[in-house]
Amino acid sequence: MTNLNPRINGVMDGPRHSPGPALKTYFVLLFFLALKAGGNSWMAWGMKQVPERMSMNPALYLRAMLNPSVAIGIAALILALLTRMALLSMADLSFVLPVTAIGYVIAVFLGKVFLHETVTGQRWLGTLLIFAGAILVGTTSRNTTPSAEDPK
Amino acid sequence: MKWILVMVMVAATVLSDLLQSHEMKRAGEQSVSARGFARLLHTIAQCRLLILGVACNAVSFFSFMALVQTEPLSFAVPASSASFVLETVLAKFVLHERIGARRAAGALAVLAGVVLVGG
Repeated sequence: MTNLNPRINGVMDGPRHSPGPALKTYFVLLFFLALKAGGNSWMAWGMKQVPERMSMNPALYLRAMLNPSVAIGIAALILALLTRMALLSMADLSFVLPVTAIGYVIAVFLGKVFLHETVTGQRWLGTLLIFAGAILVGTTSRNTTPSAEDPK
Repeated sequence: MKWILVMVMVAATVLSDLLQSHEMKRAGEQSVSARGFARLLHTIAQCRLLILGVACNAVSFFSFMALVQTEPLSFAVPASSASFVLETVLAKFVLHERIGARRAAGALAVLAGVVLVGG
């Protein structure tokens, strides 16, 4: 690919040059979605084994974290948080928000397949809308603000 | 009580995402690897606004957990999507992102979908 404007090229590739920055963004997005779905599932599984009801008391949350499933889930969710921050370094907030909503679609499928939840027509319609919306947003330019190495 | 939790959750989510988006763009593109995460943790530790962003994330997470303990998910999920609207508007006016027709239409479709899934 030839680029006539070296300044724009620098902005697209970021400080550490990597091949296919757009592809990398989608890869990081997939990694985030997997971590989030996995983390939530582990945590939900573990929380069902914790007898106490959560409240504003932080000690209860700390005790819930002693459950191994909850601990694994939280570890995955912390990694998901870091991955999302990396994603935010590559793409706009108004890009990241709708495309990460694909997580709801994954949750519906996981609920249907593994937890045998009944998925109503309304929920399928919502899932379809999220999917369509995420694809619409996902095909827009992912970064529309000037980056750090491109001072105004 | 439930509306207080919703307000705390939405405000914390919005603040957390605005701070993280602003500061991560400023920090430059991060890599997703063991070394990349170590560098990112180092960046977070040195930036007060990022620490505040992560703290807000924790507040939002715990208020969501507290909310779903007393309210059904079909209330909590659509209620939490209020932050989606606020954040998209603030991304335009505070973060100066360009939200074209396609992105706006997509965001609206996602919002309608989230409300339907939760409702």
